[in-house]
This record gives sequence, structure tokens and C-alpha cells, in this order.
Amino acid sequence: MEKKHIVYIILGLLGVVFPFLVTSDYYLHLVIIALMWVVIGSSWNLLAGYTGQVSFGHAMFFGIGAYTAGIFMTKLEISAWWGMAFGGIVAMLIGLFVGWVCFRLRGPYFALATLAGGEIFRLIATNWESLTDGMVGILIIQTFRSKLPYYYIALALAFLCIFVIHVIMKTKWGYYFVSIREDQDAAESLGINTTRYKNISLLVSSFFTGMAGAFYMNYMGFIDPHVVFSLHYISIMAILVGIVGGVATIMGPAVGAFIMVGLQETFRSAFFGLAPSWTSEAHALVFGLLVIFVILFLPNGVVGDWLKIKRNVFRVGASS
Amino acid sequence: MLSVKGISVFYGDLQVLWDVSFEVKEKEIVVLVGSNGAGKSTTLRTISALLTPKKGTVEFNGSRIDHVPANKIIEYGIVHVPEARRLFPEMTVEENLIMGSLNGEAKRKRPDTMEYVYTLFPRLKERKKQTAGTLSGGEQQMLAVGRGLMSLPKLMMLDEPSLGLAPLLVQDIFNMVKKINEAGVTVLLVEQNVRQTLGMCDRAYVLENGRIVLEGPGCELLENEKVKEAFLGI
Repeated sequence: MEKKHIVYIILGLLGVVFPFLVTSDYYLHLVIIALMWVVIGSSWNLLAGYTGQVSFGHAMFFGIGAYTAGIFMTKLEISAWWGMAFGGIVAMLIGLFVGWVCFRLRGPYFALATLAGGEIFRLIATNWESLTDGMVGILIIQTFRSKLPYYYIALALAFLCIFVIHVIMKTKWGYYFVSIREDQDAAESLGINTTRYKNISLLVSSFFTGMAGAFYMNYMGFIDPHVVFSLHYISIMAILVGIVGGVATIMGPAVGAFIMVGLQETFRSAFFGLAPSWTSEAHALVFGLLVIFVILFLPNGVVGDWLKIKRNVFRVGASS
Repeated sequence: MLSVKGISVFYGDLQVLWDVSFEVKEKEIVVLVGSNGAGKSTTLRTISALLTPKKGTVEFNGSRIDHVPANKIIEYGIVHVPEARRLFPEMTVEENLIMGSLNGEAKRKRPDTMEYVYTLFPRLKERKKQTAGTLSGGEQQMLAVGRGLMSLPKLMMLDEPSLGLAPLLVQDIFNMVKKINEAGVTVLLVEQNVRQTLGMCDRAYVLENGRIVLEGPGCELLENEKVKEAFLGI
């Protein structure tokens, strides 16, 4: 039993008992949202961090998951909980199509193609009013009045997602993904069907992001195209969660999710009362500064550069 | 074993190879020499199916390989050690070697082949847990060759293994190539280091502006006036 495993077990137990320690609905809400971001950030990290295919369009899968759950409920009267499974599957099918088109492109071109993809789906959701009700959005009645069930669902989803990615990265798929990131031509020459494995990575990534989207629909009870297909609040946020936490580390996006949700909430709710009229945009400003800071000083993220942080903090502590 | 017949290759509209034909026989060391931009690497990339010829064919042991997907080439027993090593810098030495033996027989014989690579290059064994990016240039080249050997190739194509190495190391690398060849692997070598490679090979071809202009046994070419003038500066 390594020290690392003990830390994981303690974290897991803490996760399970957390709602009994903190009974405030507000903090519970924040943790639920953070857990949802753990799922999205980890999925993004599988594709971008490990496989090296940087996506600027994860809102596409998130939104599709959310809309699948919502439309099932409003049009077909199938419980939006089924949408959790179907949201993942539909997002995966769209992922298959996106991969078929976009994986012909490499590097920045792939990133731009996904960026366009996200916007295309936002416009579809806005304009296909007979299906999506356009800008009006979709409103469903939440199943539970208490936040507790949602908390445990989000927790289970986050654990499942991290566990699956952890297992994948231990198998030969993990080697394939990393080799594609490191050098695609060399990987191809060594006998790896790079297109296939990029697609597998994208499918897993889009599946979990779609599930997170469907969860969001269930939890919030309301979605509209500007929220769930948002470039700013979803696609970019997914990248920030990955980068701040640590690209290509298992726990990085999990840590990043809690940091980013915490910051977002701190600055959105108050900005410490200094500039009330800015409040909705203030956190964007802070995010910008944070990204500059992370890229300059912690290029591998909080988890990736943990030893560096520990060393510096320790040195500062010893000298003072 | 390998026969390239009249291939013409383009990058977009730009033609870089004109009607290139040559042959590599079993157990030989064949060298393609030529200056920068002559089309040497392009030729290797075409054999590896990373590029597709517009005209002409590439045959290996009787089967055409110019239109198979690049990731299938290795199954024919051809391995390409690309220019500038192209290792996976954030993987360890050991993981890089594993990446060379992903399928079929190579996978089954992985422990034995790895032992063989470590006896050829003892330095790699010392550093097997180190990431490839932290190795010196010479060690990286050893690893690139080692990774190539892991797939149990019949034909090994080396693209400028001497690139950026000190003269002593270059000699080492060429000695290794000879040793590998003596162990039964056919070698197709691309080089700018004309004097040393022509001395060690069975046959050589000279590429100039995408065309083959000379061919013959290595030592004969070494005496050729044109080669002397163009490459040796005599």
C-alpha cells in the first residue's frame, strides 16, 4: 500500500461524508458544479493532454449531452435520467462525425476546426426552434428537491471518469495516445493506426463530457444555447481547468476544477464589493491573469509542478 | 528484396522525385547519397508509405506496398528510423523500446529482443528509466536504432543517423550499423557523410535534384570523378 493510495482513499471517504460536514446548500452546490467540471476537465485532458489533440470545442459535446437529455424529456417524455446515458452516447456519435472530419487536420488546424464545431452546434440549437425551442431554452422539473442525490451522482460520475481514464492510461491504449502526442509520424511508422486511436480518445472524451452535460440538465432544470454551448463558459473553461490543474496528469483536472470553480464563484459573486457593475465580467479578467501566471511559473499545472511548489514554499518557509 | 520502380513524388504541386528507381537485395547495405534537398528523405518516406507516389511502384518481397496505409508497413518487416531520431521524448528509454514492438511476433519476443538491444547498446540499459528527451544526441540515436530493431525488421531504413553527432560517435554508429547488418538485417542508409558510408556499403546510388544520377559499388563511386568533385571537395 503506497502513500498515494492512502491519499486517494482519504479523498474518497471525504467525498462521501462531505454533505454531512457541510450542510449549507450553497457550498454543496459549488462542490456539485466542481465535480461536474472534474468530469469535463478530465475528458478534455484525455484528448488534449494525453493524446495531444487540443480541443477548443468541448462545449459541443457538453451541449449535445444536455440537449439530448432535455429533448428526451420534453418531446418524448422519457425521464431525463435516461438522458444521462443517451446524452453520452449521442455526444459520442457526434464525436465520431467530428473526428471523421477534423482528424484530417493537425495541430492548430484541428483546434480551430473544433472551435468552429462548437459554434456550429450553438447556432443549430439556437435556430432549430421546432426541436430545441431556440433561445427560449428547455425547462424541466427537477426530480429531487434536495441537493444530496445530485451530489452523490456527480461524485460517482467524477470517480468513474477518473477511474476509467486512469485504467486506459495504464493499458497499451495509453501508450498509443502518448506516442501520438509526442510524434504522430513516428507512431504511424511503428504500426499504430493513429487515426483510429485519436478517434477512440475522442469517443471516450465526448462520452463523458456528454454525460456531464446531461447531468447539468437534470441538476439545473434549465438550459439554453448560450449557456451550454458557450465558448467562454464551457470550451475555454475546460481548457483552463486542464491547464491550471496540470495537463497530462490524472488528478490535475480534478484539482483544476476545484480551483477554477472556486475562483469563478469568488469573483462572480462579489469581486469583494469593489466594482459591483463589473461582477459578471470580473472573473474573466482574473482568469486571464491566472493563465498568464500559470504559463509563466507553473507550465505543468498545479499537479504537474507540485514538487516545484512544495520546494519553493518550503524554501520560503525555511529562510524566513 | 526491395525494388523501387520509376516513382515520381509530389508535395502538393511541387515535384521532388523524378522517375526514381533502385533496388536493395537481401543482406546488403545500400546507401543513398545526395546533398540537401536531393530527395533522399522523401524517398524513404515514400517507401514507408507516409507519402504516396503519383507514378511508379514500390515492391517488397514481391508485394506492392505503395498504397498500403503507413501503419501496416511495419508488418512487412520494414522499419524506418527517421531523420532527427523522432523519439517520444517524454517516454522512458524502456517505453520507447516497447513502442517498437507492439504487434505479433515482435511482441512475443519482446524480452529477448530488448536484451539483444541492451547488449548492443549497454548505455541504454544504464538509462532505461530515464526519459528519452534527457539523453545525449548519440544516446538518442542509439535508442532510435534500438527502437527500430525491436520490431524484428528484415529491412531497416536509416535516415541520416550521423546528423549532429561528433565524428567519433559517427564512427560508432556506423560500426553498429555494420554489426546489425552482419546479424542478418538488410540496411538502406541515407547519408550526407559520403566518405565513410561509401567505404562501408555494398552498393550506392547518388541522388541529385530528385533524380538518380549515378549508381555502383561503394568503393567504385568513391573513385568517381563526379562524386569526388561534388561531395568530397577534391
